[in-house]
Amino acid sequence: MHTVLVAPPSASPRSEALAALKDSASVGLGLLPLGLAFGVVITHAGLPWWCASLFTAVIYAGSFEFLLVGLAVAVTPLATVALTAFLVNVRHVFYALSFPLDRVRGPLGKAYATFALTDEAYALTAGGRARSWSGARILWLQLFMQSYWVGGATAGALLGSAVPDSVAGLDFAMTALFAVLALDAVRERRGDLPTPALALLSALVARLVLPGQLLLAAFTLFTAALLIRSRKERSRA
Amino acid sequence: MPDTRYLLSAVAVSAAVTWALRALPFTVLASLRASGTVRYLGARMPAGVMVILFVYCLRDLPLAEPRVTAPLAALAVTVGLHLWRRNALLSIIAGTVVSVALASTLFAG
Repeated sequence: MHTVLVAPPSASPRSEALAALKDSASVGLGLLPLGLAFGVVITHAGLPWWCASLFTAVIYAGSFEFLLVGLAVAVTPLATVALTAFLVNVRHVFYALSFPLDRVRGPLGKAYATFALTDEAYALTAGGRARSWSGARILWLQLFMQSYWVGGATAGALLGSAVPDSVAGLDFAMTALFAVLALDAVRERRGDLPTPALALLSALVARLVLPGQLLLAAFTLFTAALLIRSRKERSRA
Repeated sequence: MPDTRYLLSAVAVSAAVTWALRALPFTVLASLRASGTVRYLGARMPAGVMVILFVYCLRDLPLAEPRVTAPLAALAVTVGLHLWRRNALLSIIAGTVVSVALASTLFAG
């Protein structure tokens, strides 16, 4: 990732878009191959190709969309779908604490900026590097990243039917995505081993005790453990 | 297989929940920032949630069967590469390629 040494305070929309295009190249372009894999997973799961475009354009929460493929194929009740969406995406609540929404102008701009506030968008815009970015540049960046994701997924779904069924193992892309996100998140909390340890323990207990409701059980256990820990640390302080 | 009506409803429900989670916190930002518990959870939740979702992805590993080799080898490649190069894209693509290569040939069926 390059540091921009001289940031010209240019306000022309075109150069803002161009700067955003460059910003999106690192993390953002990763969405393209992952989107392709997602599209292929959609058609191989037996869902119509347009689900790839619809999921990525309207929901736009990559990790949850992968989960939704399995949920949709099993015609899971909508209440469970809503609950899973809530549990998987509740982490976004905390992004409001540091996402620079105050720089984005206008209700439409703000609406899109919050809609497209993905992990990747947050990771790119909440860092120190982005402190000088204008609202327009942030919006362009979000728009570019979503177009990679929608474009990749749609292409993957359309090509997916050409990929023979004997090609297996593509759904590993989701496991790899979460392995990478977990490694990065744990590394960011270096020194804080109890947090990933508690999460791992919660997930394993949930897997053994309530395998049918793994996510719900694990998130509940983990949140409870964190709350107990926060109480203890505060009473000690 | 789900019908179109179900698919559209599932997408609408998911989109509404997701957008609400992303947008509503901005309306109560002041009280969010003031709460020590929220800040405590906010700092620790993301790492924990990712670990849990990772375990969730592995929930159906066929541990007793030889075909478990494909995802395990792929996982070793992804984790190893990521610890080494710290390039998310590279780690994901390399692991997925290994997974597809093994699962479609040696461990097919």
